[in-house]
Amino acid sequence: MDFSIASILMLDGVTNGAIYALLGLATVLVFTVTRVIFIPQGEFVAYGALTLAILQTGQVPGTVWLLLCLAVLAGLMEAASAWQRHHHPLPALKALARTLLVPAVLAAITLWAAPRQFPLLVQALLSVGLVTAFGPLIYRVAYQSLADASTLVLLIVSVGVHFAMTGLALLFFGAEGFRNPAFWDERFQLGALALSGQAVIILLASLALIVLLWLFFERTLYGKALRATAVNRLGARLMAISSHTAGQLTLAMAALIGALSGLLIGPTTTVFYDSGFLIGLKGFVAAVIGGLASYPAAAVGALFVGLVEAFGSFWASAFKEVIVFTLILPILLWRSLASGHSGDEH
Amino acid sequence: MDHATTPARADLPAPTPTSPEGTPMRWNTLTARAALLALVPVVALLPLPDFWITQLNYIGLYSLVVLGLVLLTGIGGLTSFGQAAFVGIGAYTSAYLTLNAGLSPWVTLFIGLAITGVSALLIGWITLRMSGHYLPLATIAWGLSLYYLLGNLDALGKYDGLLDVPGLSLLGWDLGSGRPFFVLTWIVVLMGAFALLNLLDSRTGRAIRSLRTGSQMAEAMGIDTLRHKIGIFLIAALFASISGWLLAHFQRTVNPSPFGLKMGIEYLFMAVLGGAGHVWGAITGALLTKVLEDQLQVLLPKLIGTSGSYETIVFGIVLVAVLKYLPDGLWSTVDRFRPRKPRATGWQDAARLPERAKPAHGDVVLDVRKIRKQFGGLTAVNDISFSVQAGQIVGLIGPNGAGKSTTFNLITGVLGLTSGEVTFRGQAIGGLSSREIAQRGMSRTFQHVKMIPDMTVLENVALGAHLRGDKGALSAMLRIDREEEQRLLHEAAHQLQRIGMGEMMHEMAGNLAMGPQRLLEIARALCSDPALLLLDEPAAGLRHKEKQALAAVLRQLRGEGMSILLVEHDMDLVMDVCDRLVVMEFGTHLMEGTPAEVQQSPKVRAAYLGTEH
Repeated sequence: MDFSIASILMLDGVTNGAIYALLGLATVLVFTVTRVIFIPQGEFVAYGALTLAILQTGQVPGTVWLLLCLAVLAGLMEAASAWQRHHHPLPALKALARTLLVPAVLAAITLWAAPRQFPLLVQALLSVGLVTAFGPLIYRVAYQSLADASTLVLLIVSVGVHFAMTGLALLFFGAEGFRNPAFWDERFQLGALALSGQAVIILLASLALIVLLWLFFERTLYGKALRATAVNRLGARLMAISSHTAGQLTLAMAALIGALSGLLIGPTTTVFYDSGFLIGLKGFVAAVIGGLASYPAAAVGALFVGLVEAFGSFWASAFKEVIVFTLILPILLWRSLASGHSGDEH
Repeated sequence: MDHATTPARADLPAPTPTSPEGTPMRWNTLTARAALLALVPVVALLPLPDFWITQLNYIGLYSLVVLGLVLLTGIGGLTSFGQAAFVGIGAYTSAYLTLNAGLSPWVTLFIGLAITGVSALLIGWITLRMSGHYLPLATIAWGLSLYYLLGNLDALGKYDGLLDVPGLSLLGWDLGSGRPFFVLTWIVVLMGAFALLNLLDSRTGRAIRSLRTGSQMAEAMGIDTLRHKIGIFLIAALFASISGWLLAHFQRTVNPSPFGLKMGIEYLFMAVLGGAGHVWGAITGALLTKVLEDQLQVLLPKLIGTSGSYETIVFGIVLVAVLKYLPDGLWSTVDRFRPRKPRATGWQDAARLPERAKPAHGDVVLDVRKIRKQFGGLTAVNDISFSVQAGQIVGLIGPNGAGKSTTFNLITGVLGLTSGEVTFRGQAIGGLSSREIAQRGMSRTFQHVKMIPDMTVLENVALGAHLRGDKGALSAMLRIDREEEQRLLHEAAHQLQRIGMGEMMHEMAGNLAMGPQRLLEIARALCSDPALLLLDEPAAGLRHKEKQALAAVLRQLRGEGMSILLVEHDMDLVMDVCDRLVVMEFGTHLMEGTPAEVQQSPKVRAAYLGTEH
């Protein structure tokens, strides 16, 4: 290996690492606020990339129909709980309408816009919007009534959601893979290093998103409310922060981050209906490096995972995944030795 | 699972009070089990279509894996998505060695078990030291990397796998396929189920069942929780490995696909669907999942129009729905209607457990010298000193926030000392873990009652005698632990009778009122044959009559020579039963004396009621 190969691998590792960092942050975010270990994070990546790919062909993506089905289900659940509280049809109908509103509007826009083949950026925006709307609905349908269950039960629920979302992706997107057009085709030559415009976009977008997340948590009331929920759910509830709203907001953010990651990697790799899982899990390994609690450690961990993957695929490409996922064992060993035996009461 | 209930009680004996050493109950259980085993060849002889037999073979193989998961998840409160990987180790080891080294499958079985065991011990030792969700996370990664490893190694045939694996035969009998294989598999499954039922109804089983409620109580009873967690992960992995061995020699070929993460998740699905808290739930779950999967794989492509693994959609949704609406799984709906018979009292003739030498009346049992605990800048306990003499009840009292509970936790090893010394029966115990302190003969109760609600009172109390037995998981599974088991239960029953709770021993602990719950904790602590009993607010939440009963028990114990340290808020109780009182305020030692002296003290009045200025 000479310097130019090493630098290409480094660049590759850092670009992928940036995506893993975003997904790792989303994982930490969801875990701290809701105690849900959110295995299906990667599914949003595939949903985002595939929605854009199908919009590119001028067709209506299956995401729209899936979103509407989920919204109706969530709406009915909302209506049922409103009915149980008030025994009156009006609040129930209101609850139903409130849940259906955003998904219905997004679906209508997509139905109108899909055949018109708007520019890439508009379609990208639409894709992100559609996928983000999944977040709160998934929380409502799968997690909300189990909010007080143990971490273990929530983890198993996550696995169920992952199973369902992957199967539904196959149903609504088909088994075909897609590669999206790059947002920026420019190439830069920095000495021996060729830098693609897409890589620049990935790095800048990830950085921007991380800064925005930081601002959100440090500077806004909603961000502070989420942090309060993460520290103490009961205490936050007593301060009139609804833990259900916090959960839905968190999953919306996770879906947003996932969809954006999907758009960012769409042009660099072919995305299939089940590609998201492995990508998401690598973000996950990064989050575990940060103990599922620390954002900066998760980001650093993600860069580490990206680099290990890049160099691993150069030296032993067949064993790339083996190396990345076996990595978690020494990391856990280091964490367990560092933390000592915790007599936790979980 | 939070709501997992008592494991199946197929082997709980019928009441036969007159039986010596409980022989008739053994007889009952044995007959039922022998009948189940005898059913296996009968089913094989029935004129069932071959296809059904093949399906039943697969169900048996799955059941074996899920049995392990029931122990791990439903009973132990841990989980693993990597069981399929352990199946893979068992399968690949046997396939590779029979093909390339020419070894007999009956030898490779044990090599596979050894490799599985080492992997499970390693993963368990690394992850189980941390909080509970790291094990499933590690097993996800482990399942994925093993899948890719198997699929990329040339020696293992990459994704095509190994072909022409020999079938099983024993003494010239071909057991490799169809009905003979059915008999072999299901006898193994039933033996596995019986072994687990035996295990759950034993000293080690009670320790395993205590894991789900957190480690503090178990450790205070002298149970090494880490060791038991690793133990059940190991047992679950070994069950999976046997299933893999059977699978390799049944299919005559192995490839990575049945050992991937998807299958690992499906095994967990089976456990949750059937009922992760019940041994028979494992077989129910495996059966239903296999049938459901077969139906869906035919039905869904017809409905949708193209082929693909659409059954995952249904599996995912069913998994979430079961956890929401039927968290105990389908077997619990059957289990509810099974009659529960109280355990046979076959222990009257069991020999009493040996007792440790007790300190002579008046000896110093516990000596606390200048102990101190700082949390950052806050000094919660500030150089407290006092001592307890044998045969005394010493009360530790003080207003809220005085540092009583912290002092208690320092003595029992739950918290580490910042400085100072604690000497128990002449030995320094500062810095020891609560388990090591329990071994030295100090036993405690908890301010918030910690018990296993789905075990009987007797079983809960027997948990206290954990350190007085030494039979492990293997002897429990093989039922060669019964002599010791009867002695432990005899001790538990004796302690319950000693404090007047003999009538309630077969009640589920979760059904008790607060008063009996507190007494249960005292009986459990007594079961460890302590030289010093530490009671943390035993009167909290009790009604007047219950408090009187408690005071009577404490006086009786002192009369029998027991030394007691009591942290308590209830002044009536404290003044009534204590010989000496230590009063704390704001982490410091305020005064010490007899109840009468303390009642007279203006300092104490000021501490509790405030001063006039």
